[in-house]
Amino acid sequence: MNKGQTMHRVAVALTLIAVALIAALPALSDNYLLRLGTMGAMYAILALSWNIIGGFAGYPSFSTAAFFGLGAYSGAILQGAGLPMPLAWVAAGLIAMAFATLLGLAILHLKGHYFAIASLVVAEVLLEITTSWTSLTGGGMGLNLPIIRISIDAQARLFFWSMLAIAVMALGMNYWVSRHRLGFGLMCIRQNEDAASMVGINTTLYKVTAFALSAVLVGAAGALYASWVFYIEPPDVFATLTSVKPIVMAMLGGAGTVLGPAIGAVLFLAMEELVWRNLLQIHAAALGLLIVALIFFLPGGLLGLVTGKRKRRVVAKKGETTSNSAVKGGAA
Amino acid sequence: MSPILELTNVTQRFGGLTAVDDVTLSVMPGEVVGLIGPNGAGKTTLVNVITGVYRGTGTIVFDGQRIEALKPYQISRLGVARTYQVVQPFPEMTALENVMAPATFAHAGVSLTTAREKAAEALDFVGLGAEKDKRASSLTLAGRKRLELAKSLAMEPKVLLLDEVNAGLNPAEIDVAVDLIRRIAARGVTIIIIEHLMKVVMNLCTRIVVLHHGAKIAEGAPDTVTSDPAVIEAYLGNRYAKRAAERAAAAAGGAHG
Repeated sequence: MNKGQTMHRVAVALTLIAVALIAALPALSDNYLLRLGTMGAMYAILALSWNIIGGFAGYPSFSTAAFFGLGAYSGAILQGAGLPMPLAWVAAGLIAMAFATLLGLAILHLKGHYFAIASLVVAEVLLEITTSWTSLTGGGMGLNLPIIRISIDAQARLFFWSMLAIAVMALGMNYWVSRHRLGFGLMCIRQNEDAASMVGINTTLYKVTAFALSAVLVGAAGALYASWVFYIEPPDVFATLTSVKPIVMAMLGGAGTVLGPAIGAVLFLAMEELVWRNLLQIHAAALGLLIVALIFFLPGGLLGLVTGKRKRRVVAKKGETTSNSAVKGGAA
Repeated sequence: MSPILELTNVTQRFGGLTAVDDVTLSVMPGEVVGLIGPNGAGKTTLVNVITGVYRGTGTIVFDGQRIEALKPYQISRLGVARTYQVVQPFPEMTALENVMAPATFAHAGVSLTTAREKAAEALDFVGLGAEKDKRASSLTLAGRKRLELAKSLAMEPKVLLLDEVNAGLNPAEIDVAVDLIRRIAARGVTIIIIEHLMKVVMNLCTRIVVLHHGAKIAEGAPDTVTSDPAVIEAYLGNRYAKRAAERAAAAAGGAHG
């Protein structure tokens, strides 16, 4: 067995142990910790989902808030119509996925900044629609969800474990994609899309698949969130920050890796909580500065430190510049 | 024997500019066809039309099948591979991973393990076997050009379009590259090569096609084409062509007198 395989087995084992430990969190019977755990799992879902389109395929999507809000409202409306809670979560995930497929067909031919802006606008459009469509969504008044008749503690545990289960699914999805030809194709697309289509990759199909995968669990998490907080309103679930945070988390941990976004989500939550508690007045500014500093000094993310990816990236950049000058020299 | 690639009245316009003008061309299996012409003659555009990057007018038949309406990935899966004038590696991947990509995606149902074996074989063939674990971006230019060849070989193409694979190489590297192209042709791959270096063209090609302002102005064996007055005029301008013709006439007259 070579070194790479050993490393891989150790990483898988450590991940499983970590998940098991986190799942045992309710044993401490601290509801504040449980709330943080639920938030952390939700952040991990968002970051890991973004990683499929943003990390593997390299398309800087700002659509997370759109999928999240769509999932939240779909779940809330379906639950209000009498659908059992777990089914409403599944349905919300599928609705978000279908929406992402159509959206992807429309905007994934755009590249770079153009794609980023197009994806950013989607949440705004959905926000306006939800606010105006009062008969269905309650408009700006928001939407109340049916009360669940179990104890507060039991509710906290239920939502924590459900959110964690989806986060584990998101992790599994990333693991599967990274080892499947889909992940390999997405990596090719990120590095050179024209060349990718020339080696036989159906780039449209691969990108739309990645976009749909990046939406499904976010939609489910949105519906779960709605069930958890009992009340949603458009500016809450369609907040632009919901699109930005997962990107920061993924970059903190290491975009395009399997574990990076999950680690980044936990780190981000810890920073958010610590800064918020200690610097109440200026917490947003302090958190912002901290994030800029971290990304500046850790361009490959935390995992980049471990795998030495950062060093290699510098080498790659040097190689590219020399190659460009060589090509130019050749043409001249 | 029927042609492997047949272009009929292929035209590509960009706004008011006609980049490829009514080109009709047929290539038989096993041929090595040189595509030459001055800068801006439309050579690369023609390659882009054949590979589906641009969609022009006219018909293109590959191996008995119309391909002019297909997408690039579909055309490459049928067996038309190409290299780019400016090399297009996946910079963050190793040489092996670069070649694994076409080996994986060019044909349906190829497992990553099989693709890895095929890729290693293609790298050995082009002489990059020892550098398979290097990053593509850290290879020399000559190495990256050979990597492009390995990538297109891993697709197991029937037709290979080479767009200036020798640009930027030194004479020693060019000799290696020419030898490599010859070995690829010997495997039975039909080759269409865009090239500026006449030495390479004269050496390799069984037939030459000359483009000028997007239109085909000459076609034939290397010797016939290079002495064609229309070709000389396209490359060197009509004043030089006239002078060359006068000189030839004078020489002929002198011989008579």
